[in-house]
Amino acid sequence: MNDRFNLYRFASPATFYPLAGRLIPWFIAAGILFGLAGLYIGMLVAPTDFQQGEGYRIIFIHVPTSWMSMFIYLVMAFWAAIGLAFNTRLSGMMAQALAPTGALMAFLSLWTGALWGKPMWGTWWVWDARLTSELILLFLYIGYMALVAAIDDARRADKAGGILLLVGVVNIPIIYFSVKWWNTLHQGSSVNLTKSAMAEVMLWGMLLMALAFWMYSIAVALARVRTLMLERERHTDWVRKTLVGDEQ
Amino acid sequence: MLKIVTSVIARDLKLAMRRQADIVSALFFFVIVVSLFPLGIGPEVDLLRQLAPGVLWVAALLATMLSLPRLFADDYRDGTLEQLALSPHPLGLIVTGKVIAHWLVSGLPLALIAPILGIQFDLSGEALLVLTGAILLGTPALSGIGAIGAALTLGLRGGGVLLSLLVLPLYIPVLIFGAGAVDATVSGLGGEGHLSLLTAMTFAAIGFAPWASAAALKIALE
Repeated sequence: MNDRFNLYRFASPATFYPLAGRLIPWFIAAGILFGLAGLYIGMLVAPTDFQQGEGYRIIFIHVPTSWMSMFIYLVMAFWAAIGLAFNTRLSGMMAQALAPTGALMAFLSLWTGALWGKPMWGTWWVWDARLTSELILLFLYIGYMALVAAIDDARRADKAGGILLLVGVVNIPIIYFSVKWWNTLHQGSSVNLTKSAMAEVMLWGMLLMALAFWMYSIAVALARVRTLMLERERHTDWVRKTLVGDEQ
Repeated sequence: MLKIVTSVIARDLKLAMRRQADIVSALFFFVIVVSLFPLGIGPEVDLLRQLAPGVLWVAALLATMLSLPRLFADDYRDGTLEQLALSPHPLGLIVTGKVIAHWLVSGLPLALIAPILGIQFDLSGEALLVLTGAILLGTPALSGIGAIGAALTLGLRGGGVLLSLLVLPLYIPVLIFGAGAVDATVSGLGGEGHLSLLTAMTFAAIGFAPWASAAALKIALE
């Protein structure tokens, strides 16, 4: 039972399904613990910001969701590359299971950003480079989900989605830098986050919240990949065994 | 190797010439969309001059989008695409030929008609020149990136709308630098930097995108 053997073992849906089921409660528990700790530090321990008042506390949601929205796209592209290179069934399912969570994170990041922007900048939206590229990231998530949803054949959906993800991941830096340059050339609203050295407590709160969102994303993605596995492999023996076993 | 590219270009051009209505309607779509903006915004010349680069470029993106679904669809339907994929030549080279042919019948006419529309927006002579150059240099990238989207959505229901969802976000850099080149010329900064970046994007897109679309085509043909 060496490590290598284990990895290949769990690349099969039949063995990954029960493993995912066992792991989900742990990730949920870790997510709740990190979330409670992060909220406690963020809402009660961290001092009021002398410039921004209490309103700044929304960054404890905003920053972790932005990080997760970018990170999840990279993880999806990673699974896409694995799936295209080794032709594994599970990789495409993982990428698909992650997509709605990634889109949710991008949306939450934009929404909380707007809620933060109104009291701080006096406007819901500015065409700042970061905001614009986060919006484009949301578009990329939506495009991926629309493409995968439009293809009936699951294997083709996985591969086509994988190519789109890889093309997207190559384009993200180009899009980011072009938007950034566009913004500086247009000399739009000169908003920049005057990052004074952030108090250490705030940083801890933010890191804990990021961990909480991370654990949440893993738990939700695993739950979603379990249903995907059942749906796709519904004609196989292990699914019948699993479902009949559950009923008894 | 070059021969396969040129023969695909010649074939696609011949097919396009037999159906000239398609080319002309995409071109008139461009003209109509551009003409709608003054009607919506109002005829103030200063405002129009400022909006012209963005309006022309957005209309050019949309007009390119219109002709993309047909890039592979006809060949897919009558089985030609399968024969091309079975040929001993790399599919990426064949797609390169198709992308170049697509640009010749969609991007090039847009660039030729753009200066006339620019005059309607009261652009200066120099700005018109840069606008034409930018559309000439930028539209091959649109054809290249668009080919990936066309290959991914080949044979899917609702392919046209889906194609725009996939491709338009990827067009953003071309839009920014294409319109930026004209903006920079109008404001006196000089658009050479933008044009260089646009050319770089075009070369990157023509070089790499056909191989990604070839991979997507192989999936669609499975």
